[in-house]
Amino acid sequence: MAVVKTFPMGGVHPPENKFTADSAIQILDPPDEVAILLGQHIGAPAEAVVQKGDTVKVGTLIGEGKAFISANVHSSVSGTVKRVDEALDAAGFRKPAVVISVEGDEWEERIDRSPELVTEINTPAEEIVQRIKAAGIVGMGGAAFPTNVKYMVPEGKQVDTLVINGVECEPYLTADHRLMLEHTDEVLIGVEVLRRALQVERAVIGIELNKSDAIEIMSKHAERFPHIEVYGLKVQYPQGAEKQLIKAILDREVPGGKLPLDVGCVVNNVGTALAAYHEIQKNRPLIDRVVTVTGSSLSKRGNFQVRIGTPFSHAIEAAGGMPGDVAKVIAGGPMMGKAVPDLNVSVTKGTSGILLLNKREAQREETVACIRCSKCVSACPIGLEPYLLEKLARMEYWEQSDEHDVLDCIECGSCSYICPSNRPLLDYIKLGKVKVHEMRRASAG
Amino acid sequence: MSQTLIVSGSPHAKSDLTVRSIMWGVVIALLPVFAVSAYVFGVRAIIAVLVTSAACVVTEYIVQRFFLKQKPTVDDGSAVVTGMLLAFNVSVAVPLWQLVVGSIVAIAVAKMAFGGIGTNPFNPALIGRAFMTVSFPVHMNTWVVPRESLLSLGVDRATGATPLGYIADAAARGEPLSTVAAELPGYSQMFLGTIGGSMGEISALAVLIGGAYMLYRKLISWETPVVFLGTLAAGTGIFWIIDPTAYADPLFHVLAGGAMLGAWFMATDMTTSPMSRNGKIVFAAGCGLITAVIRLFGGFPEGVTYAILLMNAFVPLIDNKFRPRRFGKGVAS
Ligand code: SF4
Ligand code: SF4
Repeated sequence: MAVVKTFPMGGVHPPENKFTADSAIQILDPPDEVAILLGQHIGAPAEAVVQKGDTVKVGTLIGEGKAFISANVHSSVSGTVKRVDEALDAAGFRKPAVVISVEGDEWEERIDRSPELVTEINTPAEEIVQRIKAAGIVGMGGAAFPTNVKYMVPEGKQVDTLVINGVECEPYLTADHRLMLEHTDEVLIGVEVLRRALQVERAVIGIELNKSDAIEIMSKHAERFPHIEVYGLKVQYPQGAEKQLIKAILDREVPGGKLPLDVGCVVNNVGTALAAYHEIQKNRPLIDRVVTVTGSSLSKRGNFQVRIGTPFSHAIEAAGGMPGDVAKVIAGGPMMGKAVPDLNVSVTKGTSGILLLNKREAQREETVACIRCSKCVSACPIGLEPYLLEKLARMEYWEQSDEHDVLDCIECGSCSYICPSNRPLLDYIKLGKVKVHEMRRASAG
Repeated sequence: MSQTLIVSGSPHAKSDLTVRSIMWGVVIALLPVFAVSAYVFGVRAIIAVLVTSAACVVTEYIVQRFFLKQKPTVDDGSAVVTGMLLAFNVSVAVPLWQLVVGSIVAIAVAKMAFGGIGTNPFNPALIGRAFMTVSFPVHMNTWVVPRESLLSLGVDRATGATPLGYIADAAARGEPLSTVAAELPGYSQMFLGTIGGSMGEISALAVLIGGAYMLYRKLISWETPVVFLGTLAAGTGIFWIIDPTAYADPLFHVLAGGAMLGAWFMATDMTTSPMSRNGKIVFAAGCGLITAVIRLFGGFPEGVTYAILLMNAFVPLIDNKFRPRRFGKGVAS
């Protein structure tokens, strides 16, 4: 690691609370029953290809992503399909799902479960992309965008760099940190797989300085990969946001409404790289992920390798059980995660953490008048004016909201986090985004 | 396992920053200024600050409670800030009842009539000061000898003027500055504060200590005071270079009168200054420039109050024209 970089505009420094940084990843046994959502990713839900009564193994395809932006879904357990109907998603809505009762732990034969590292990459680029799609790999940082789509670079776009996100800027979360420490070579080979899939010469990995051990070990092991560079980044939220990460490492800015592709990059998370390693080198589709289960009053918080579809309650049980003072349970981190309504919600491919907040931590303070302190403006990494966007949304001035670029908001939450008046800035900005989208659609159609 | 869970939008974390922590932070930053005014002007200064602060708090409470029928928010500390700044902006010779009137105007008229905290376009303390200058010109322009009659409760001893007053008088008489040179304090006195003037405007050092604290606590951004004072120095410096016998030098202008207090504590007022960084720079440059123009050519010796109030009026316009640069726009990528 040579250079310390960061993004120059906006940002905040929430307390890190990375309690579980030193807890090695523990493998969580499958629960008695999993509910695997067919729409865990951005895009169209997969279509179920199993029926009630079918027996499945770990790795059996149970949902097929047919649309261009969609993803396959595999069984994460072995057992019998109990029903194909609905289950709660993180937002509390009932969504199509496959519910499987677990029997034993039998894996599909093609999957190589040996611990041996497979270094040699023999798969050609197009095949890698196809198999990433087949394996149901999506962005593991939280957004869950189908990974293969990013690797199908449209005609006329030039891509020169693969950017790998090891920032994990959300407070509390340590899953990626542990991956980089405990699965260093797998992650690096995964990065190399993705780099070849993208057919670029350069892959850069950004890791924040609060994970100096990860920077050290990743840099050291990366010496064997001539195309991979590791960068230490100054700790600043939201550095793990795609646009901020690209700016920090490559000093390129992705304008509002544009994609990393437009500035010649593709961004993926270290967890996604590991998933790519698993599929391409070990024939192992995406059936589990590392989840940080944490919170100030949780007795055995830690990082767990959890089968997709495992209910939150099962993971929380493994981490010491639900403390009595918990008032809010979050899928993901405190800045961008979703508060779940129910502990029966199941872990998806995008669930990076399960965070339990007690009453005091969960409480929102009373909102008072905006004092025009301009903290929200200087905290916004996109250069928006959150105080103004809130005001416009309250007055339902959607056209002006649009003019003031409400759609560019990346929902990082820095504005609401910093506001001394406790204004629910992002709540209103999200509303503004929905309304402006509606307005645009209405005027387009 | 049947706890009801709170469901609300992200983020689920909130910084410790509150309106209260900001305003009481400014109060702390004002303490060195307070200490110097007590040291230089004695008991009267302490009483004056307590009276204005109390009058501002009580006025705000009464207006909120009985007129607007809101839950009073005086514990946020903003009225105390206004009260302290009002006292620091006037002479220790001003009678207490006039201080009370000024406080009432500052809070009731300049702040609450516009809707209270966050909504007032003009700096309340400066409106209070401007009102008092017009209404009570005699006392507002009576300056007390520093370090004398420290324990006296009344005001009897008056000297001629403040440093800025001396040079304005010389200019009015058409005489060169050298005629008043003997009356002018040295720079070290002006820096430390053992000079005549408004209670909080005398010591540049005290203001700087408070300013450093506010920078450390991120209560202000450095651009505002630096650009304000820089513009003032540049504006007055041009004339000094042209004719040093008729015009005071830029350092004098920066240290004299309300420039330091205004640049660090008044132009940085959150509510009445622009939101974007560029906006703040334009605003501060305007304050510095207008201060220079009033001091050099105006009828008053001092121009900081009116400069800031005038620029306050331009804030909506500045906010509209100087927006933060949107990420990805205006750069080659
Ligand atoms: S407006 Fe959007 S992008 Fe800007 S700080 Fe708020 S949430 Fe983040
Ligand atoms: S941070 Fe809050 S109080 Fe400050 S300007 Fe923004 S909305 Fe207003």
